[in-house]
Amino acid sequence: MTVSVIRFGGSNCDRDAVAALEHLDIDAEIVWHEDGLPEGTTGIVLPGGFSYGDYLRAGAIAAHSPILEEVREAAKNGVPVLGVCNGAQVGCESGLTDGVFTTNESARFQCEHVYLRVERDDTPWTAGYETGDVIEIPIAHGEGRYEIDDDRLTQLETDGRVLFRYCDADGTLSAEANPNGSKHNVAGVLGDHETVAVMMPHPERATLPDVGGTDGQAILRGFERVDRQ
Amino acid sequence: MSEADSDHELIVAELGREPTPAEAALFENLWSEHCAYRSSRPLLSAFESEGEQVVVGPGDDAAVVALPSYDDTSAGDRDIPEAGSNSDVYITLGIESHNHPSYVDPFDGAATGVGGIVRDTLSMGAYPIALTDSLYFGSFDREHSRYLFEGVVDGISHYGNCIGVPTVGGSVDFHPDYEGNPLVNVACVGLLNEDRLVTAVAQEPGNKLVLVGNATGRDGLGGASFASEDLAEDAETEDRPAVQVGDPYAEKLLIEANEQLIDEGLIESARDLGAAGLGGASSELVAKGGLGAHIELERVHQREPNMTPLEILLAESQERMCYEVEPDNVDRVREIADRFDLGCSVIGDVTDGNYVCTFKEDEQDESERQTVVDVDAEFLGEGAPMNDLPWNEPAEAGTELPEFDLETAFDAVVGSPNTASKRWVYRQYDHEVGVRTSVPPGDDAALIAIREAECGLAIAAGAAPNWTAANPEAGARAVALENATNLAVKGATPLAAVDCLNGGNPEKPDVYGGFKGIVDGLAGMCAELSVPIVGGNVSLYNDSVSGPIPPTPTLAMVGTKASYEAPPLAATADEDATLLLVGDDALEADSFALGGSEYLVQQDGTDRFPTLPENAPARLEALETVANDDSTLATHDVSHGGLAVSLAEMVTETAGLAVSIETDSPAGALFHETPGRALVLTTDPESVRATFDGVAPVASIGATTTDGTLSVTVGEDTLERTAGEISERRSVIEAELE
Repeated sequence: MTVSVIRFGGSNCDRDAVAALEHLDIDAEIVWHEDGLPEGTTGIVLPGGFSYGDYLRAGAIAAHSPILEEVREAAKNGVPVLGVCNGAQVGCESGLTDGVFTTNESARFQCEHVYLRVERDDTPWTAGYETGDVIEIPIAHGEGRYEIDDDRLTQLETDGRVLFRYCDADGTLSAEANPNGSKHNVAGVLGDHETVAVMMPHPERATLPDVGGTDGQAILRGFERVDRQ
Repeated sequence: MSEADSDHELIVAELGREPTPAEAALFENLWSEHCAYRSSRPLLSAFESEGEQVVVGPGDDAAVVALPSYDDTSAGDRDIPEAGSNSDVYITLGIESHNHPSYVDPFDGAATGVGGIVRDTLSMGAYPIALTDSLYFGSFDREHSRYLFEGVVDGISHYGNCIGVPTVGGSVDFHPDYEGNPLVNVACVGLLNEDRLVTAVAQEPGNKLVLVGNATGRDGLGGASFASEDLAEDAETEDRPAVQVGDPYAEKLLIEANEQLIDEGLIESARDLGAAGLGGASSELVAKGGLGAHIELERVHQREPNMTPLEILLAESQERMCYEVEPDNVDRVREIADRFDLGCSVIGDVTDGNYVCTFKEDEQDESERQTVVDVDAEFLGEGAPMNDLPWNEPAEAGTELPEFDLETAFDAVVGSPNTASKRWVYRQYDHEVGVRTSVPPGDDAALIAIREAECGLAIAAGAAPNWTAANPEAGARAVALENATNLAVKGATPLAAVDCLNGGNPEKPDVYGGFKGIVDGLAGMCAELSVPIVGGNVSLYNDSVSGPIPPTPTLAMVGTKASYEAPPLAATADEDATLLLVGDDALEADSFALGGSEYLVQQDGTDRFPTLPENAPARLEALETVANDDSTLATHDVSHGGLAVSLAEMVTETAGLAVSIETDSPAGALFHETPGRALVLTTDPESVRATFDGVAPVASIGATTTDGTLSVTVGEDTLERTAGEISERRSVIEAELE
């Protein structure tokens, strides 16, 4: 299996994603968006960064890159897709997932470690945790506030498509624990299929043991889980 | 005769004719203080820049230093590599100021400062892996200082985050004398290996000069000469056209394109376009190789119509690189530039003649081509006469100490914006991209993992305006020792440093005397510590209607260690732990000098500057040993704000400190700022004492508690502050700006 990490102009977490996946013995390669999706791609990462310099709106231009057509097609066929940070913005902009990630409540860029509560443990991305587990993962974004209209949010929650919410160290949801003002503390959601997920926090930054925590490893192992299915 | 007139005579004598307008403008920029260091170069020979680890020293775009090889750690517990055991993994070090532009336009001025130093890194064949920013503003309570501070941090955050280079450290200081002239000093570390090294020395006549990156417009005209005079009262409106506007997206593409060009071995030499634009970069490149060039200026890809040859030559449009490429490789270079949506033009050839620029307009035929520049490249680059300026020895203030009240003094110093938490700043910088950052900002030094060489690289950067204002030379010595101590307390051995020397108008003898002081001080201590100064930057004329800045020697120092781990700064509650204060000779003698301290700044007093230890290298070595010992639970450098601030910073909600200090001078003991000291929390105080035996005093001053409170008894006085109270005081910047 080989996971394709899609590099757009301005992606900057592409190498980090490859390093983290390879640390977990998951083969991964960087794919330049103009070169199209390689034959036999078994997973797709839309990495963080500032695709197209965030001009227009974060993720908006990359979402119209022709490779996104191929990504949507692959997603439909069950290939696992994980969008992280700017990749999550691209995921929402391209219709892979519902809602949008927009300017933080603080109106500033925030780089810090946050706690996430795992909302369900029966998806490929969260099977390594138990529902209610609290994990520590870094964020680094200026536009990470999850927004969606109330009806669709209710639907999303009823469908169980909220993967992670920002919380305190003990798992309590609160305004203080919500770093960017996301609606209902939402930090990551599933698409139409449980094999498609986007999240603002960076699991690849919480994977290599020599630079801190390893709480993000189980999320990246989602690629293995789908592969085995 | 004015400098301009005497330069003109010299130029006419060399050329044997009047210079053309384009030549005159080139000379004005390249012979400016900013580019030619006319007033500072006579002093800079004080710096030792050599060492077995130094691959490329001062004078190129960035310095190149070999990392040690930690394969053979036979030297014992300290994991110190044998001298000369360099690995083939190299780092680049560079530092740059963007002071005047950041006053006129703080967001774009600071952002383009980041862009410039990153391209200096690229042009050595390196990939940028870390940035530090040292920032200096007027008093924090002034509205204008806050406007500049917010704009500068926003600019750095915007540009640095977007290009994916982590900002892992730096410093922020406030001092009234930066009111009319803030400083923005940016340092960059890059990573490369022996095979990838490229320099700015042109190699071979017949090779092509290729310009890759942004299109050239009329932005930033005359930036080098703008940086070489005092800031005028109307600078914010009048000098705005001299400030460039950055495009971090283009820079990111340039980083990746450069990486691929180096991967494929397509580059013979490289220089980034900075001060004096294409004229500066291309002439310096060929001058270094003792060669010349023929450049056809109309070939430069432009984004504005009807640009004159002079504008094309001198515009400081950002995100451009000049490469020397073998003719057979030009097509491949163009393909790579195209892939990254970057402009690319083959602008001319390397020759063995003069540096020649010609120009013809679009509709003209070749017979109407005019020569606009025809000079010897070396004369252009190196011919500027040096200034021998008069200087006055700085005078030190006498002693006038304020009345001491422990609670008032503690709260004022711990709550000062200078010593306060800088979390508001570094939270806006992506400090983790690249997955190398193992010790993030907020500690004494940052630590990043260089897995390619299996070593940790510790980085510390900063200066101390209060110290160098009180005593330029001793203050600068202290700055060097302080940065080295920041590395040592995290267990790293200093490897090399770059400096950014900021001063006021050198034509004022008092200002020049202070500048000379910081050069001598920095050079002296770095030599004593065997830390080569491998490169740097000088920024003079930081002078405005509100007067000169304090002489400011920003140092960015790196050190290495065998692991990616370091003891934390914060205490952990452990009943077996003892809190030691190591290296405090003044406490041992119970005699203190408070000159340059935040305490005297807050409480309005003066005193002589402290005497620094004579055996600094031995102290640092002992600190390193202790920091890397398993029984060490936490280490924290003691300097800015003195022992009081360092103790306050170690306390957490779950770990308090109970401290007792015997002294007849509580103010001196808590607030003197002599560097080279540290707090060590250890379960094996005897081994620390043994390590420091014969090196420096070790005082046992306390233990941890579980109540999250700092309790201090100093002489007859006592003080208690909870972690919550301390944290509230320390978050003054956040509280005021959110």
